[in-house]
Parts: sequence; C-alpha cells; structure tokens
Amino acid sequence: MSENPAASRIPEGPEGFDAAMEPERYELLARPAYSFEMQRRDFFKVLGAGILIFCVAKEAFALQESGGGRRQFGGQPLPKEISAWLHLGENGMVTTYTGKVEVGQNVRTSLSQAVAEELRFPIEKITLVMGDTQLTPYDAGTFGSRTTPTMNLKLRQVSAAARDALIELAAKQWNTDAKDLAAADGKITDSRNNRSVEYAELLKGRQITQNIPAEDPLIPPAQWTVEGTPVPKVDGRDFVTGKHRYPSDQALPGMLYGKVLRPPAFGATLSSVDTRPAEQTAGLVVVHDGDFIGVAAPSTDGAAGAVAGIHAEWKTEPGQPSSENVFEYLKDNPEPGRGGEQNTENPPANEASAPGAQRMSATYTVAYIAHAPLEPRAALAQWTDDNHLTVWTGTQRPFGVRQELAQAFRLPEDNVRVLMPDTGAAYGGKHTGECAVEAARLAKAAKKPVKLVWTREEEFTWAYFRPVGVIDVRATLDGGQITEWEFDNYNSGGAGLESFYAIPHKTTRFHRTKYPLRQGSYRALAATANHFARESFMDELAHAAKVDPLEFRLNHLHKDDPTQGRLRAVFEAAAEKFGWGKSAKAAGHGFGMGGGFEKAGNVATFAEVAVDEKSGDVSVVRLATAFEGGAVVNPDGLRNQLTGANIMGIGGALFEHIDFANGRILNPRFSKYRVPRFSDAPKIEVVLLDRKDIPPAGAGESPIMGVAPAIGNAIFDAIGTRLRAMPMAPHGLKKA
Amino acid sequence: MPRVNQLRVNGKTYTIDADATASLLFVLRDQLGLTGSKYGCGEGQCGACTVLLNGNPRRSCITKVGTAATREITTIESLEKDGKLHPVQQAFLDEGAMQCAYCTSGMIMTAVALLRANPRPSEDQIAQYMEGNICRCGTYPRIIAAVHRAAQAGTEPRA
Repeated sequence: MSENPAASRIPEGPEGFDAAMEPERYELLARPAYSFEMQRRDFFKVLGAGILIFCVAKEAFALQESGGGRRQFGGQPLPKEISAWLHLGENGMVTTYTGKVEVGQNVRTSLSQAVAEELRFPIEKITLVMGDTQLTPYDAGTFGSRTTPTMNLKLRQVSAAARDALIELAAKQWNTDAKDLAAADGKITDSRNNRSVEYAELLKGRQITQNIPAEDPLIPPAQWTVEGTPVPKVDGRDFVTGKHRYPSDQALPGMLYGKVLRPPAFGATLSSVDTRPAEQTAGLVVVHDGDFIGVAAPSTDGAAGAVAGIHAEWKTEPGQPSSENVFEYLKDNPEPGRGGEQNTENPPANEASAPGAQRMSATYTVAYIAHAPLEPRAALAQWTDDNHLTVWTGTQRPFGVRQELAQAFRLPEDNVRVLMPDTGAAYGGKHTGECAVEAARLAKAAKKPVKLVWTREEEFTWAYFRPVGVIDVRATLDGGQITEWEFDNYNSGGAGLESFYAIPHKTTRFHRTKYPLRQGSYRALAATANHFARESFMDELAHAAKVDPLEFRLNHLHKDDPTQGRLRAVFEAAAEKFGWGKSAKAAGHGFGMGGGFEKAGNVATFAEVAVDEKSGDVSVVRLATAFEGGAVVNPDGLRNQLTGANIMGIGGALFEHIDFANGRILNPRFSKYRVPRFSDAPKIEVVLLDRKDIPPAGAGESPIMGVAPAIGNAIFDAIGTRLRAMPMAPHGLKKA
Repeated sequence: MPRVNQLRVNGKTYTIDADATASLLFVLRDQLGLTGSKYGCGEGQCGACTVLLNGNPRRSCITKVGTAATREITTIESLEKDGKLHPVQQAFLDEGAMQCAYCTSGMIMTAVALLRANPRPSEDQIAQYMEGNICRCGTYPRIIAAVHRAAQAGTEPRA
C-alpha cells in the first residue's frame, strides 16, 4: 500500500473536485476556441507594458477546471486553459491572479512566497488578486486542502517561466549566454562581466506574452530561500489597524441594508403573509417572491424592524427527528436509491475467528455542529443595469456563487461578477451563495445596491452543519494484533473512512441516510468523526490486548510501508514531545493520543486532561501535536494552523452540539452554543516534520483530526469511562 | 423617540442622526464608516465589536447610541498614530496572533483596556480578562503571547 486508499478512491481533479457528484456540470467540459494573440494588446492596455505569463493546466481535469463560463479581463475573455497567471510591469510591480481565496488559512502569504521564490523577487512588491471572477482564472473553490498542493505549485511554475523569460531577455540584450546569468532579488546579474539589470528596466516599453505548460523544472524545496521560511502575514498591518474591508464591511453610495424573513423551522412552508403595511412604509423596499420575503431599508435597524413587523403564518412539519433521537433515525432511514461506498481488502470472516481470538464492537456518534465563522455570511449586490450584476461576498467558491447567481436570475455567467474580499473565516462552511442570491434579489427590486449580513442566529440556523453520524466498529483481536476490521459510517461521510493500520481483513462502508437538517462540508469533513471512532476503538483494543496504546499502534504501522512509515514518524515525534511513558500523572489526570492521515497530511496529537470527578468538569491541560505534510512552506503559518485546528477541535470533542427539535434550532447563539474560549485553550506544543523530499500538502484540515480521540482516550485513562459520543462532555461529565 | 445627533469618536465630533436606542455598532459602521469594529453575535458574547467608552471596554453591539453619546468613544481606527502602530497592534503583528483576523480589532481593544488597568498582567490574568472575546480560528495562545509582549514592551501610555 503506497497510497492513501481513501484518497485514491476519489476521482480527484486538480482541485479535488468530485465530478461524479455533480454530473450536471458535464456541459462545461465543452470548450470554445480562443486565440491569445488577438487579446494580448488588450491585456497590456489595462496592465501597462511588461511581461505576462500564463500557466496552462495540463491535468486531466483541466477542462473542467477552466470550464466555468467566460471570465472577463478589461472587457476581454481570459483564455480558457489558464490556471494562474502573472504580470510583471515596467513599474517593477508584480501582480498575480488566482481564483483561490483567503479565509484565514494564510494562503495570500504562502502563495506570495511561491511567486517570490521562483521569480526571485521581493515579496513586498507582489500583489495577489484572489477570487475575482472577472480577473482571475476559473477555480472550483478553496477547499479540500488543495491550495498548497495545486496553486502553490502553479504559481511557482508561472513565476519560474517569468524568471526564465527575463534571463533570456537579458542574455539577448547583453549578447551573452543565458547560462551565465543569474536572477536574484529582482535583478539579472552577469557576474562574469560584473553587470546587472533590474527586471523592470529590461521590460521598459515591451509587451511580452508567454504561455507555459505546467511542467517546467522548479527550485527544489531543499534550496528554497523564501518558501520554507516564516514570512509574516503579507498584509497583517491592514488587520491590526481595522483597515481591511471584509465582505460585511463593503459599502457603496446609496446602499440599502437587507433583511430576510426566515421560516420558524426547517421544512416550514408559508401559509399566508401580509406585507402591505411594510409596503406602505416610506423608504422601504419589500420583496415577496415565492417563499422569499425580504426587505431593504436605509439602515440595519430599520430593515430588522421592518421584517419583525411583517406578519406571516407558516405551516410547520411535525414529527421531525430531534437531537435526542437522531441517531436511531439515521440507522432506520437509509436513503433509497443511493448506494454508499464500500471498500474491502480480504473480507472479514466474521465467524470463523481463530480460537482464543477476541471479538469486540462499539458504536460511536457525532452530533451536528456549526462552523460559526466569526464573520457570518455577508454580501453586497449591485446591478449596473437589468442584466449585469456584481456581488462582493464571503465564499470559498466565487465561481460557484457566480453560477448560482446566473441561474437564479437567468443571466449568462458573463454578466455576473463575484468578488471575494479576504473573509472572516469559513472552515468549509461557506461553499454556497444563498446570501449573495438574497442580496441580489433585494437589490434588483430596490434598484440600488443592497448589503445583507446574516445575523448570528441566521448563520447558526440556515447555514449548513457538519453532518450528524453513527459509526459502528467491529474488530477481532488475536495475539495482540488486529486480524479483522469492519467499519460502518452512517451519514457523517466517507473522508478518512479507511483504516491505515496494517490489518489483514478490512471492510469499510459509508451508508447514505436521510437527515433532518441542512448539512455539508466542515474542516476535514468526516475524517474527524471517522478518526474519533477509529482512534478511540484502537485505544479500546489496546487496553483489551493489555498493550501500551502507542506500542499497539506502532505494532500496526510498518516502518517500511511508505504511508504507514510517515504516520509512525508523527506518532513517535508527538510521543517524544509529550513525554509519553515518561511524564508523571497527577490524580484525576489522564493521557491519550489520536492520529491519522488525510489529504496528504499526517498528524498525531497527544492530550493530557484533568477530570474533576466531583463537578464532572473536564479540562484539556496540554496537547502535543506533530504534523508532516511534505515540505513546509511557511513554518509559522503552519504552526498557527496546527494550534488553531486543535483548539477548534476541542469544541467538537467536548461540548459543541446543535440542539434541535421539529426542525427548530434550539441554541442558535453564542450564549447557548459553547465554542472554545481562552480558558479552554491548553498549552500546545507543535512538532513540524519537514520532508523536503515530498511535495507540500495543505494543512487547513487534517490537523484537527487527532484531538478528539486523544481527549477521549485521556479521559478513559483518567477515570476509566469510555466516552463514545462527540461531544463527550457537553455539560461536563454530568447529565444535563 | 429621542434622537441622537452628536457622537464623540476618536477625539472628533460627528454629526449623526440615530434613534437613541439604536446599536452603537451599526451607527459606527453604517453612518460613520468605521468598520474596524465587527459584528459577530449581537448579544455581547463574542467581543468582535469591542470599543472603549471613556476608556472602558464595551460591547458596541449591545450599547445604545444614546448611552454612548455622553461618552468619549475610542475605536480600533484611532490606535495607529502618525503611521506608528500602538504597541498592542505591533505585538499582534510580531506574534502573528491572527488567522482570519475578524476578531482582531476586538481583541486589541480589549487588550488595550486590560493593559491600562493592569500594565503587567500574568498569562492567567490575560486569559481571564479576555474570556469574553471569541477567536474561532483558535489563536488564543498567540493572542496571550502578544498581550504579554505588549506589556513587556512597557510603552503602553497610561490612561
């Protein structure tokens, strides 16, 4: 086994896009012809003289990736195969264009590092234009931890091509061999003849276009000087001064503020509504279109007050599942006609186990939780005429939102522009464009720009949740080794489903079921739930086998297996940092671990918890976490992601959960939905394993997977109680 | 309903027109264009909207503009002076104490108030004082380190 079986199962394009899930997009594979040469002049008209480099995607899924309709630049369509591009102007500034977006994972900085590295150019003179459907190449979205493995690579390729072109130019100018020239710090130097020239000087008055395949040789990670270093956040100053304009901060002259009337519960339908009083209020725009009711007013308060004054009758759906009985509901309600996934390596025999073998099983559950990004969904929509729409919004999929808008308003995608200002977080929760569509609907009626910012309660209710799930695990233990493994996940998802441990007989299944609330992607997807179940059960098996849990895991991870060997390394590194087997334990304290790999990242987290048996309070005292995802691009940013993911993970592990009944969310606010705060943050030690021989992986997701099982296993170590439901201690260890 | 027509913000007097019961946060953001203070929850639970009223940290989302009208309001926009960052702002940069940074303004304003009240807080005191500020990205340890660093810098102007 040399590859992550879970990863290789997914028909993954360059952007981690699952084509099988969205067959309706097939028409986008058709691509019209284009010509570079005809448009070159127009690009330079907008950008000024200099050099333009386009990176042409060659991957199998490139057609799909570049297929999202026409994007415009200065009124001209961009070429279709372009996955990234760069302009170096005669003014000495570099602008790079990417469809990826910044939601706090610090890719504006790490992608700038990629350009600075290969272009050999000062990072402070590099600007990234991100997630603007008119200016940047099509991109399926910023998800799946794909930005670092794909976009970082592409920007390096584009930048390397630009550097080579500049060297060629200098060689021509000096009538010398390009091999004798070197590029560094924005200059080409001819050390033999002791001369150098700035890039900008070389480009004076020139218009050069280069179209490069994505296969040029790059600087190997071992020789990096900008990538691999802790470059600070490139625009950090804008954030500490409050100057940065997030989507919810955008404004236009004459703008109105929107507000939507929400149903009281999921599944509710509108029986009657009287919007007449609101319609007669001066300055108020009221829209009633199907089940959509919303207003636009000159102030936020005014819009909220107007919606509160609209009387609507709703028919609610009784008898819906609640957070109390949802796990039974999942198992009793398979989704008809939709098969799940099954993977088998030598199916378990089930019955014919060897004599003396021990058969064990357990059921784990995970509750619905909310992403609760601190900035809720927000959009500012402007119609420039009846057929042209521009929307600024916080989304991980600006091109996806453009498509949603185009469909909602029956416009060609050419007529819709979506811009994504760096946003106040997402965690997988901002893949959709509902807020953009709502703002645009209101703006269309108002004939003025409308800004809509969801309230916290709306974000907690009408965004989508991390799926609820049930996981059944069965295993056979024989002579201290696991000989059979069966793993069934109901509804929560297939990510991280496969066991990476060396077990001779394995079957894993994902079962699609009906589900009561709107659900979707969340940081690391179901890998968190699946690792919670698997790594907790590994702990149960280790205890049954009377083997130290670390040793037990290492016994199932072969050093010489490329995948298992990498996972071994992070377990060993985290164990050493934690002092596993060496640290003394205070009374009521326990130690535990959890880890795995997903999206090309390997993580192991060790936890020390303290349980106050009297009060039932559980606190995480300290964590040690080790991560290896190939070559490290920015060690400071990576440490930040690792620390943050672990702290966020404490919430889902211990206390975050959505309470719901009959389609109503019962705790849609921070006063009722507990998220990790300062007092929940333990001491965290981070170990980075920098594998310069392996291409860098994304790290926004997988680092969250180890913390929940580590905490659960530590609680078991402390008090001997096995907790199999996330969250494990929603009200401490006492029943509410 | 009584209206409020004047507001003292960052040492300047602004002419506004707002209902006295309107949320200070939305007056700052929508009428004055001071968008550094953020909406996060609307119930004083997350701290993203923190401003200082006469030097005391307050949740502007649940502060009525009528209450604020009689006080000196300080927002994140006023901390940088003549192109020089406030020591707390500088410390947040130096520690890289942010990811999406949506909580950062509120964190910085709360920390500024803390350091005025207690120029040499322990790490526990920092965590305790800032418990009402949420960072969903989980940068708490770096924020504590940043506040600690700012305190060490010892250049915090005394109120």
